[in-house]
Amino acid sequence: MDNKRIDEIISKYDGKPNSVIMVLMDIQHENHWLPREVLEKVSEKLGVSLSEILHIATFYKTFSLKPQGQHEIHVCTGTSCHQRGSAKILEKVQDLIGINPGETTSDFRFSLEKGSCLGCCTLGPEMVVDGIHHSNITPDDVEDILKNYR
Amino acid sequence: MARINSVKELEKVRKGIISKRDPNKPCVAICGGIGCLGGRDNLIHAFEREIKDQNLEGQVDVRVTGCHGFCAQGPNIVIYPEEICYVKVQPEDASEIVKQTLIGKKVVERLVYADPNTGEKAVYQSEIPYYRKQMRNLLGTNPKIDPKSIDDYLAINGYSSLAKALFKMTPEQVLEEIKKANLRGRGGGGFPAGLKWETARNAPAEIKYVICNGHEGEPGAYMDRAIFQGNPHLIIEGLIIGGYAIGAKQGFIYTRHDMPRLRENIDIALKAAYNYGFLGTNILGSGFDFDIEVHLDVGIFVSGEASALMRSIEGKAPEPRPKYTRTAVKGIWERPSNLNNVETWANVPQIIGKGADWYLGIGTEGSKGTKMISLSGNIVNSGVVEVPFGTSLKEIVYDIGGGIPNGKKLKAIHFGAAMGGSLPAELIDTPLDFDVMSKLGAAIGAGGLFVMDEDTNMVNMNKFFLDFLANESCGKCAPCREGIRQMLRILTRMSKGEGREGDIEALEELCEVGSLASLCALGKTTSSPIYSALRYFKKEYEASIKEKGCNA
Repeated sequence: MDNKRIDEIISKYDGKPNSVIMVLMDIQHENHWLPREVLEKVSEKLGVSLSEILHIATFYKTFSLKPQGQHEIHVCTGTSCHQRGSAKILEKVQDLIGINPGETTSDFRFSLEKGSCLGCCTLGPEMVVDGIHHSNITPDDVEDILKNYR
Repeated sequence: MARINSVKELEKVRKGIISKRDPNKPCVAICGGIGCLGGRDNLIHAFEREIKDQNLEGQVDVRVTGCHGFCAQGPNIVIYPEEICYVKVQPEDASEIVKQTLIGKKVVERLVYADPNTGEKAVYQSEIPYYRKQMRNLLGTNPKIDPKSIDDYLAINGYSSLAKALFKMTPEQVLEEIKKANLRGRGGGGFPAGLKWETARNAPAEIKYVICNGHEGEPGAYMDRAIFQGNPHLIIEGLIIGGYAIGAKQGFIYTRHDMPRLRENIDIALKAAYNYGFLGTNILGSGFDFDIEVHLDVGIFVSGEASALMRSIEGKAPEPRPKYTRTAVKGIWERPSNLNNVETWANVPQIIGKGADWYLGIGTEGSKGTKMISLSGNIVNSGVVEVPFGTSLKEIVYDIGGGIPNGKKLKAIHFGAAMGGSLPAELIDTPLDFDVMSKLGAAIGAGGLFVMDEDTNMVNMNKFFLDFLANESCGKCAPCREGIRQMLRILTRMSKGEGREGDIEALEELCEVGSLASLCALGKTTSSPIYSALRYFKKEYEASIKEKGCNA
């Protein structure tokens, strides 16, 4: 992410110190992670100390301080999906791509997150890949779904 | 569109909008809720394409709406003006619907809802059992309006309550009306909104804030986003009225970052409200100024807690603080900050518009109006429901929810997710009521109703809830951070059938300390599911100690 783009995002929020969460979120959405030098830049521009920025960046789960894979897989493990068998879905995904939740494959193809409820309880169990919901799935469906993202 | 500067102009604009509309113009209303579309646009594109291909451009509208409610049968569409409901509609069906229904005015039988038990077909919402027992005062308009169109909202009398409040009522009268209506907070506590407003109003400060909490992090709760995404102006109107009553000129909306359509609709609605002059300076020429700013949760449960949310709006990490002083007195930047949930704000325009006396006619003695409920878990018809308070849980689970799937028996009804409680099947006749449910140990919470069938093990379920809370605890206070961890250790052991004598007593003690000494509701109510399980399902807990294995 280049400095110009960071400047653009910061100026979108008038450079106000309390906009730090919004700024970090925009960077996360675009860049999929928050590199250290970007955080340093944000700290300098907004006049918020780096330690405070790191406090925020490590507190909220959406922020990632590590590079993310090309495709983001999210297996819902909320109450309703849990009740409908999401543990087996997650297990299958882990088997197939060989990583645990919170990790990224070594080829940077996939990142895996297990997440609390996404409010699609009717669709459960479900997994979301790059924002598209795959609903009412069984462990057998997982391989076919992931094939589309190879 | 030019700014509207008076009530007279508003009514003129409204008349203009309505007069240009043909109520008989065919329209395909597609539910744009996440449960129906799943993040895809292909159903919308299929209809747009068919309408073009069959030379109906300009003659038929395609309206992407908010949630219709019957998520289990999604994707849902309604064809206007006949109001024909089609369920489980796929992009491949678009061609037939356009040909048969829009052109041929015939019903496509195979896409009509059929009762799974009797096979009886239901073409209209009023005939579908799921909708029949509901009172959809808030959600009913969702299929009828395009949430991106402020004109649609004006056409259904939108912003008339704001005009009434600003020109026919003093702020005190608005406050009195809300107090008289006994509007209770829908976010969890059921605290009277009017009293909270009064506290904020009376707090000595120049600058005050009102906040709409649209965080909705409770697992299994998804009704707020249904109304917010489907009818954003309703909430905005409520928030402005609240600002007027309390004496706040700045409002905040705090909502989810992970629902692009919700965010888009809120942003568009705010922009339109500014353009029309419902927001900004001198609203409708009344002299009242009000602004709204949107803030987003970035993925942590605790930031839905009032004091944590306010920290988040300040741009800080969302750690709750002790409530020696209420947030209504000292909240954002230590200023009086009145926070209510989306559904609470959604109730405000109708109370002001129709009056508290009308509102008092709905519900039970202590719980007035309707409540939106999201049904999830082992239930046939999961979806968003709106019923008057006083409706029995039996009606919600069976008549509306269609009962338990796969011929299983009902075991428990759970409200409030990880911080709520479970009622056993025997208490199914309990009416939906803040106080009655609280006394039974299953407070309504935000309104997520989670159904468990006979295969559910309560020890495992409680362990699951604790696992969630252990991850979401912010770690600031020890009773929550350490207490949850210890409870989880005990329950993990019990769920493996390795429970020890004294485990239940240790849990009870941890629950007591956690509920007394934690800083915020997350830690305080961690104990609720365990208390309710020990009250109604103690045998299962005992079995996991005595029998070395917890088979329900």
